[in-house]
Formats: sequence, structure tokens, C-alpha cells
Amino acid sequence: MRHSDLKTALTDRAAKVFIGVLFSAVILVALLNLLVPVDSALHVSSYTVTLLGKYLCYALLALALDLVWGFGGILSLGHGAFFALGGYAMGMYLMRQIGDRGVYGNPNLPDFMVFLNWKELPWYWQASDHFGLTLLLVGLAPGLLAFVFGWLAFRSRVTGVYLSIITQALTYALMLAFFRNEFGFGGNNGLTDFKDILGFSLQADSTRVALLIATALALAGAFVLCRWITGSRLGRVTLAVRDGESRARFLGYRTEHYKLWIFTLSAVLAGIAGALYVPQVGIINPGEFSPLNSIELVVWVAVGGRATLYGAVIGAILVNYGKTVFTGVMPEAWLFALGGLFVAVTVFLPQGLVGLASDLLKRKRRTPPTAPQTTNKESPHEPA
Amino acid sequence: MPRVLILLLVLIGASGLARADLHEAVAGLGSRSFDDKAQAIEQIARSGDPQATVILDALESRELVEDRANQRIVLGEKGGDGWVLKDPISGEALGTVGSRDARPVVINNRLRELIHNLRAVAALASANPLERRAAASQLVGNDDPVVLDALRERQREEDNPLVSGVIDTALNIAVLRNPDTELAVRLNAIDAVAGSLEPAVRNVLRDRFSETDASSEKRAAQKALASIDARAERYQMADTLFFGLSLGSVLLLAAIGLAITFGVMGVINMAHGELIMLGAYTTYMVQQIFPQGHEWSLLVAVPAAFLVSGFAGVLIERLVIRFLYGRPLETLLATFGVSLILQQAVRLIFSPLNRTVVTPEWMSGALQINPVFSLTFNRLYIVFFALAVFLLLQLVLKKTRLGLQVRAVSQNRNTARGLGIRRERVNALTFGLGSGIAGIAGVALAQLTNVGPNLGQAYIIDSFMVVVFGGVGNLWGTLTAAFGLGIANKLIEPMAGAVLAKIVILVFIILFIQRKPRGLFPQRGRAAEE
Repeated sequence: MRHSDLKTALTDRAAKVFIGVLFSAVILVALLNLLVPVDSALHVSSYTVTLLGKYLCYALLALALDLVWGFGGILSLGHGAFFALGGYAMGMYLMRQIGDRGVYGNPNLPDFMVFLNWKELPWYWQASDHFGLTLLLVGLAPGLLAFVFGWLAFRSRVTGVYLSIITQALTYALMLAFFRNEFGFGGNNGLTDFKDILGFSLQADSTRVALLIATALALAGAFVLCRWITGSRLGRVTLAVRDGESRARFLGYRTEHYKLWIFTLSAVLAGIAGALYVPQVGIINPGEFSPLNSIELVVWVAVGGRATLYGAVIGAILVNYGKTVFTGVMPEAWLFALGGLFVAVTVFLPQGLVGLASDLLKRKRRTPPTAPQTTNKESPHEPA
Repeated sequence: MPRVLILLLVLIGASGLARADLHEAVAGLGSRSFDDKAQAIEQIARSGDPQATVILDALESRELVEDRANQRIVLGEKGGDGWVLKDPISGEALGTVGSRDARPVVINNRLRELIHNLRAVAALASANPLERRAAASQLVGNDDPVVLDALRERQREEDNPLVSGVIDTALNIAVLRNPDTELAVRLNAIDAVAGSLEPAVRNVLRDRFSETDASSEKRAAQKALASIDARAERYQMADTLFFGLSLGSVLLLAAIGLAITFGVMGVINMAHGELIMLGAYTTYMVQQIFPQGHEWSLLVAVPAAFLVSGFAGVLIERLVIRFLYGRPLETLLATFGVSLILQQAVRLIFSPLNRTVVTPEWMSGALQINPVFSLTFNRLYIVFFALAVFLLLQLVLKKTRLGLQVRAVSQNRNTARGLGIRRERVNALTFGLGSGIAGIAGVALAQLTNVGPNLGQAYIIDSFMVVVFGGVGNLWGTLTAAFGLGIANKLIEPMAGAVLAKIVILVFIILFIQRKPRGLFPQRGRAAEE
């Protein structure tokens, strides 16, 4: 980290500012949606509420990626898979909540299973009748996959681009698998037509606002958690692993353990983001596993600025806002813009927007430029 | 050969005499009874007149019509709002009549089959042994005494062992089908057909097995069936292997350019798939420019695709990658951006719809080895093409000055620079070379799949898998990996289906990388360290 001396001071202030901005925005939107009459100019539509909720889910996902990429140096091109797994876990619960209100009116089976002539619910759907178990599954499914995958990969010291490519292969393989009807996740169409969550209709404005607030809470909680972790000893060792893995290993740290821990945690966060995403957009399908989604996510973080946490959040919201605007006004230009963004950020803005802003601030503050910043010299830690 | 000539002379001599008969036979087609028509058809086919095939073809395609006013059978072609008539024998024009004044001669399935058989019988006399064999194959399982006579006659003078083998099979099946043949003769026939893969043989053997009362025949039939099944299975295996090889060569073509940019230069080029796509679109464009030249346009397309993709590659290197050497993860992201831009550009220029590239005549069709095993020409050529590209690339890397410099830079950048190699130039040229080969791969892929904006995406992950699995920086490893994965994929496919096979392969590679992170053939020495 570059701003090491200021770090502790900044941490608290940054966290406070972040949470303050986040909640003022969310509460403002919620109030304007629920309390202001529809015909008023100040009314915020439910569409905007859901859109904001979607952006916040993406922000949480970007935060999860920043944790592994920015702080752990692990560029995962498969984080969309963890997001999608969390989403599917939630989607399964919502599917079960439909009950006998489906097209076929079968109280025991979701529509697509009736359509496929299945007689009973597969074992892996059993937990989805309970909300509590679903929450467990939301964390467990991506967490377990990340744990097993990471354990294999880090133990055999697969690093750098190799790791990136096999994470991409992972999400690609999962996409192919989820497209199959036999896997029991709705195949091509995925899971959709959800009716309600915990008894509240998903169409109701109040439910939408509640989901938005839940997402904001999750994002804030994850932000504080990540801040705390990256500031802790564990986080500092992770940084050391990022900057010089062999060196950290020779100092006696089991680097693969640190990487595995942070990778798994990040996958769980991504899964939570997916679980919050699905009730708001109302559908989950295998397209979420597509390698393109995962790599797009990387660019959100790159645009915002790596290893800052709030940079990832800013990047996710800005890029997705840009996407919404672009695809509305001139859809064919969006991929050009996104592609150009990839190139421009990597070539001209390696530290992202946050890095650019802090560079500008610094230049203003210290008029005579001092010597180039020295890299952080951390006090040596005892082996874990 | 002289025998065939004599036969031809005799036929031509005879034709003059037979003209009157032919007239009578054609008139016979006007009859209402299908039996009469069958007789007429046989007569026409037997006449040996060169016009006979024309007449029979016209009959099959409903272009032999009855001219109502003159009560005669003539060739008629739909033209304007009536029929353009021609004499069936002399071919002279007979003017036009209204659409209601003539009607096609009606035939049924039995007659259609008769024409078919007679045509095959006629083809038995062809000078080309491949045509003779195809004709004989078509007649296998046919019981018609006319056909059997023709086959026996042909067998007497046939000197090609492949053709006479097929005719033998056909005759033996007829023997087995005939309920009056003696047991000993039948057993001989069963023995003789035991190795044949013709479906008709299997049917007749099954029938014999269930119908016969003689235990010796039952046993013989069972044994013959078992040996046929074993043989068919072997050929099935060969077929699978061939498909695996062809998939492997597609993978090789797609991955080999990547093996250079990723393996030799250490640059992750996510736009590699789009460079393949550019090659495929170049093939399409070349065909658009030379609409008449489908047969040879590929000869133009290969160098054109190399230049287009190679030039695009040099541009990408100069504009983007140059700034990112030594930062592989950033290169990955930037080139991914480039790939999105290229895809969208193609989508805007050529529309998102797929374009089809016409396959030249010499690449369509198949080399039929036997009834269960054939090599399709396009796949066969692609196997050879992939190997040729591979060898050419090896030559370039091993024998040319550029190759030497590329290897030097890839082994140690700084030392190479110290020795006076212009690194910038070598980097750009190497990247251009890898990209150009991707373009050539696009030409080959355009022959197998549709050309669309997503063509590249379909191959990018596979290509990376091949390169990583084979061992980065090792072209022979890429070759081994491509064929290995291709064949493995096709072997799993019959058991698990295409998609599952792909998943199995992906999971296998992911696990394999964990065991051997540097692939099958890891690079050794200094270059291996990052």
C-alpha cells in the first residue's frame, strides 16, 4: 500500500464517509419512492429503486473481487461463477416459494421439473424450502467451491495468468453444465417467475425498498469487514504475498493458507451479492456464468482503482451506470465504449479513477513535488 | 480397356438398328398400366442407346410428357406458360404447347426403383472402378433376377478385386435369400460374406439365424454376425479417431498462433479469437470479390487472411501491448477490450448474422472406405493443412533469422537486446506472425462452421487450454495437447454427449494444471522463471 502512514487515520474516515454517502443515497431514494406521490416531480420510480439495488449488488461483487485481486494479487476471471451460485441458491428458494401458483399448479415441483416429467424433488433442492438453510447455502455453495478450487490451485502454486485462465475455464465449465436440463436448475431458461420472498410480494414497492436497504446493509457490512481484514495482520501478510510471494514464503508464512482464506471469503461475499441480486432482477440463468460477465467485473474494479475497496464500489457503479445510459441511447456503441475502457484504463490509468484523483490531490497539496513515493516498508512479522 | 472399347463400339453399332425398337418402347410409356410401363422402361434401358439415359432421367424428373394433341410421348420442359417440347430420340425441337395440352408421364415408386436399379446396372460397365464399386454397392441386397443376371455377367469379366468382392457379396446374399439353396452352398455363402460390413449382409444373416432349422447354419450365421460386429466396432473406433484427429487439428490451428504470442512472447492475447474471426471474414470477403472463383478462392484467402490478421496483430502490439510488457494481467485485460471492439466492429460492418462461406467442390464429399467408415474430404484436408502450418511455423522459428531473434528475445530479453537485436521490431513481427497464423486458422474454420461475430469467442478458451496443457513455450507440446484433447473429447462424446464431454475435458485440464502447473512439457532453464 502506498499511503501507509496515513492509512489508519484514513481508514476510519473513509469508512465513515463511505457509509454516510451510501445510506444517505439509499434512504433518500427510499423516501422519495415510498412517501412522495407518483405524480410528483420528486417521485423516484420503482425501476430506479431496483436499478440502484442492482448497482449495489454489483458493487458488493466488485468489492469481493478487489479483496482477492487488489489485496491478494489473485486475478480471478471466474468470480461471476460465485455470484451466480449464490444467485441460484436464492433463486431455488424463491422457486419453492411459488408453490402451486406455477403454470402447472404442481405444489411439489417447480414448473420446469413438471415439464421435464420429473417425479420428485432432487436432494439438492431439499434445503431450499427454508429461508435459513437457503442463507446457509448462499454462502456455502460458492465458499465450498472456492475452498476446494483454491486449495488445489494454491497448494500446487498455480499463480498469475495460469490461475486466471483456469478460473475462466471453471466458470465456462459451470456455464455449460447449468445450460443442461439434467442438472436440475432450469437449463437454458434458468429460474424465474418468482412471486414472493418471506411472504412479501416481490412486485410491491415496499419489498423492493426493503431489498435495496438490505443490499446497502450488506455492502456496508462487507466494506467494514474488508477494511478490518486488510488492516489486520492477516491483511498485511496477504499484501506481502501479493508483492513477493516467494519472499513471504521464505519468511516462514504458509502463503497458500492466506490466499485460500481470502479467496474463499471473497467467494462468499460474491455469493451474497448474487443472492441479493436475484430477487431484485427476478431471474437467474446460466448466462450469469459466462466468462464475459466475470471479465467485465474485473474492469469495474480496474476503472475504480485496485486495492482501495471504495474504488471498486465507485467503479462498479460508474461503469454500470454508463452501461445503462449507453445501452439506452446507442446500444451498438456500448461494446466499443467498454472495450475502449479496458484499453484506456490498463494503459493510461493503472491505478484507476481513485488513483488519478489522489494523484491530483497530492499535486495540489505539495506544490514542490517530493521524491517519488517509496514503497511501504512493513515491520517484519513473526511467522504465523 | 480394349474390351470396354469393343463393347462401346458394339453398343453404338447396335443403336442404329435398335432405333425403331426404342420408338416403340417410348410409345409404350403412354400406357396406363404400370406393368406395361415397367416393360417399356426395361426395353429402353436395354437398348444401349445414348439417348436412353436422357429419357429415363426425364421420366424420373417428370419432364417426359404426353403430347395430347398428337398422342405421343416427348420430352417437355416447363417454359413460359406452357411446355417446350422436344423429340425424345432425335432431340429436335417440336415447338410449344399450352400447359393443359401435355401432362407428365406418371410413375410410381416401383418404377422409380426400377430406373434406379437399371441405372446401377448400366454403371456396372463403367470404366472407372470406383463408379463400378459404387454401383455394385447399390445393388447389394437386390433380389431382382434382372439385376442378379447383370451382376453375374459383370463378375465374369471383372478384374478389380474390390469391385468383384462387392459383387460376390451381392450374389451371396441372393443365394442366402433363396429358400431353395442347399445347406452346403448356404454355409459357403455365409463364410464368404462374413467379413462384409454391408447392412444387407447383417440383415440376411439375422434372418438366417432366426429362420434356419439346421444347427450348423445357425452357428455359422452367429459366428459371422459376431465377426461383422467386431469389425464394424473397429471401424467405428477408426471413425471416432478420425473425428478426434480432425477436432485436434482445428484446436491446433486455433492454438498455434496463441502458442507463439503467449508461449514464446509471454503475452496473453485475449483478442486471439477475434483474429481468427478476422481470417474467417477475410475468406468470406474474398469469395464475395470473386463470386465465380469458389474453387480456387481459398488459395487467395490463405495469404489474404494471414496479411489481414497479421496486420491487425501488429497494430494491436504497437498501440496497446507495447506499453504493457512484463504486466501479463494488464495485457490480458487490455486485449480483452480489443476483442470486444473487434467483435462489435464486425457486427456493425457485416451485421450480427452469420455468413456462410461456400465450400469448394474438391473439399466436399467423402472418401468411402467401407459402409461404416468414410473420411470426409474437408476434415481430411484440415488435418493436413494444420500439420503443414505447424511444420512451416517450425521452419520459420528454427531456420530463419527472424526465428532466431524471436527465440533469443523469448529466452532473455535483456541479453538479446545487448546482442543488438532490435527488440521492438522483433516483438511486433512475432506478434504479427502469431496473429497471421490465427487468420489462417480462420480460413480453415470458415469451412467447418458459420462465420459470425462470435466465432472467435468459441475458440479462445479451448485455445488457451491447449497451450497451457501442452506447456507454454513448447510448440510440440501444443501439437500433442491439441491432438490428445481432440481425440479424448471424441472418445468421451459417445458416452456422455458433446457438452458433458467438453465439461469433463475442462475439469480434467483444471485438475491437471494443479498437478503439473507448467503443462505436459514444461520449459526448462531461465526462461521458465517468470
